[in-house]
Amino acid sequence: MIALAIVIGVVAGVLSGMFGIGGGILLVPALALVLGLDHVEAEATSLLAIIPVAAVGAWRQKGYGNLDVRSGLTIGVFAAVAAVVGVALVNVLPVHLVRYGFAALMVYVAWRMATSAIKQLRADDESAVPGGS
Amino acid sequence: MPSLRISQLALLGLATGIFSGLFGVGGGIVLVPLLVLWAGFDERRAAATSLLAIVIAASAGAATQLIYGNVHFVAALTVGLPAIGGVLIGTWLQQRVPVALVQLMFSVLLVGVAVLVVLK
Repeated sequence: MIALAIVIGVVAGVLSGMFGIGGGILLVPALALVLGLDHVEAEATSLLAIIPVAAVGAWRQKGYGNLDVRSGLTIGVFAAVAAVVGVALVNVLPVHLVRYGFAALMVYVAWRMATSAIKQLRADDESAVPGGS
Repeated sequence: MPSLRISQLALLGLATGIFSGLFGVGGGIVLVPLLVLWAGFDERRAAATSLLAIVIAASAGAATQLIYGNVHFVAALTVGLPAIGGVLIGTWLQQRVPVALVQLMFSVLLVGVAVLVVLK
């Protein structure tokens, strides 16, 4: 089971570096289902595990010249405060009702991201053809 | 690099925090698309900025959870140490894959998370 947790950890890290996410999407299930933590403990432990992972990723990205430190720090501070508000709202709002709306919004955003990516890929293809327009 | 105004950064942070708190999704899943579609970042800059923002936000969250005593240190190390190796691979790989392709893969990831949000 430890070996499986290690493998999931590596994969979560690769996703984190590749996509700029924390990797909690894999770490939480790994901690809960593989290492046997309850759900709250798994989320809490995942948060701690993510800190050095994201820090190393951000440091590497700084080396690659992709990181604007001011933006990242400022967004992070506001996000940390707002997350508390979000968690508090869960107890007040009928979140189960808006959850489907949020999922639909994510699918729409995915569609927008995909179409803009495909447009870029096509443009790259055309510019790669000699004399092509 | 065009830098964003403080009001824009604040808005990005607030939206990221509220949505991730409300729906239990990670901040990066919310922030990266906002940076790409709204702020005009490419995938690499978006991912870099998101990772640093996550360091701050996750630290605040983890500090709160430490007080409540919900954190398991050995379990955190068991998944966290391998993940540090993984993130080195992931960031290295990201510089070698065309940004548009990373963006396309991210959109697949988003659909996957949307399904998880519905099933939760």
